[in-house]
Amino acid sequence: MKRLHSLSLSRMLDGLKRRQFSVKDLVTHHLMRIEQHDPSLNSFVTVLAEPALAAADAADARYANGSARALEGLPIAHKDIFCTAGVRTTCGSKMLHDFVPPYDATVVRNLHDAGVIMIGKTNMDEFAMGSSNETSYFGDVHNPWQRGLSPGGSSGGSAAAVAARLVGAATGTDTGGSIRQPAALTGLTGVKPTYGRVSRYGMIAFASSLDQAGTLTRSAEDAALLLQAMSGFDPADSTSLEQPVEDYTQQITQPIKGLKLGLVREFLGDGLDSANARAVRAALDTLVELGAQVEEISLPNIGLSVPTYYVVAPAECSSNLSRFDGIRFGHRASDVTDLAELYRRSRSEGFGDEVKRRIMTGTYVLSAGYYDAYYLKAQKVRRLISADFANAFEQVDLVVGPTTPTPAFGLGEKTDDPVTMYLNDIYTIGANLAGLPALSMPCGDVGGLPVGLQLIGKAFAEGQLLNVAHQFQNVTDWHTHAPEAFA
Amino acid sequence: MAITSDDIDKLAVLARLEFASSEHEQFTEKLASVVAFVDQLADVETDDVTPMAHPLDMHQRLRPDTEDADIDREALQSTTEHTADGLYVVPRVIE
Repeated sequence: MKRLHSLSLSRMLDGLKRRQFSVKDLVTHHLMRIEQHDPSLNSFVTVLAEPALAAADAADARYANGSARALEGLPIAHKDIFCTAGVRTTCGSKMLHDFVPPYDATVVRNLHDAGVIMIGKTNMDEFAMGSSNETSYFGDVHNPWQRGLSPGGSSGGSAAAVAARLVGAATGTDTGGSIRQPAALTGLTGVKPTYGRVSRYGMIAFASSLDQAGTLTRSAEDAALLLQAMSGFDPADSTSLEQPVEDYTQQITQPIKGLKLGLVREFLGDGLDSANARAVRAALDTLVELGAQVEEISLPNIGLSVPTYYVVAPAECSSNLSRFDGIRFGHRASDVTDLAELYRRSRSEGFGDEVKRRIMTGTYVLSAGYYDAYYLKAQKVRRLISADFANAFEQVDLVVGPTTPTPAFGLGEKTDDPVTMYLNDIYTIGANLAGLPALSMPCGDVGGLPVGLQLIGKAFAEGQLLNVAHQFQNVTDWHTHAPEAFA
Repeated sequence: MAITSDDIDKLAVLARLEFASSEHEQFTEKLASVVAFVDQLADVETDDVTPMAHPLDMHQRLRPDTEDADIDREALQSTTEHTADGLYVVPRVIE
């Protein structure tokens, strides 16, 4: 029972079905791992030991009576941005430090209905605004590969928890790279699905035209299992798409011979660490050995994706976060004399600096006299960036490149200058602006730290992305590397 | 367009935020660097480009106008202590 944490989700399911171990063994083991290791990582905001153990008993009963569901008994964690009925949901903010939602997010409900066991809620950048997990009200998260380094963000707690084998897999959200960047920096497979593929209902909104829920797992096969259960049309989300969910677990087994991959020329420029670039090239060589073809392509406007994002995302955030007024939920300032002061003080006390900065940026770009120059302009440039991808997909099946410019950086290293931090998402933001599915998978080692290869597909090509990643993982072992202290 | 300390005061009113005088200077400086960074968009030629409102150019779906769930007022109001008789309590607005 000592090595249960090293099993993939599919191996866990296999072991449960064969009764090699019980759900209770699995859950107890992971709770023990969290107790032992999380003090050094801070990846969890809330651990749900008692409910998880009770759910484990119920899941064992289902295995015993033959009514086990698709993902029965798998221990997973949810990013603390997903509302969980009766369980505190903080979004990494003082604003919601004691918020207990009366309902579940659809993602939480779908996975619950598939039988997964929620072990806890993971730490994150406040309201998902950050790329290093340093904006959380609940403290920095450390990278399991090296304490003192950032696990990336905003889904940094999810990434650290899965990479440290504290939990089998975790959910995340990705507005500009918040699943893929932490996945790359911690050696995981991270999937941001097509905009509208996974319901956003009950997922606390940051930038509604960009936000999408996805997975952080230790393999593409695990991602296929989880994504299958999470995805699908949801009448409760007006941006949910009525596209049937494909059978990802079947799709990943296909050969990739003849698949055309377009390596983005603009991603190979100055900012990219040379060892990181070598890892990406080596991974592409492996894909060529598997029958794929690689050619260089150009996304001429992709360099504008970060400034475009930092107009669109703050604009949407300033609107979305206006709901936090201290009245119906969230932090409420005390000893106020009038309503205006209640709003102002509740918000100023409840939000951290980065969130305030984005609300102010968004307020600025939407304000009278500046709307055309910033917001409308950014929406036009967004169209150009999206058209670049459409052009690329006339030549190739998937767009590929690095996920991040460098491996994990130090906590505190980039906090003085917001723009330096923002540039960490330079390769990931384009897929959000264009609404496309994208995946990061571990593809090498730079100075003992993992780096990621990013694949971007056409809308609804999740199965194809998972297929390429799974075929790559069948012949390589980067995805099986574990940080030494947590192996 | 450079952000000034006066701009911060005006935006703070619009955003219903307030800043202590000790954090004013640093906040102005950081916001100014963000705005200076996004200013590069001004140089992009976009005269004939239609703004993109939805990443997949889809329109908002409307649901049929039928009753489909009860709203549990008590559960929804459990997220604050400041309620009375099913209403939210705020500081007096009308004297």
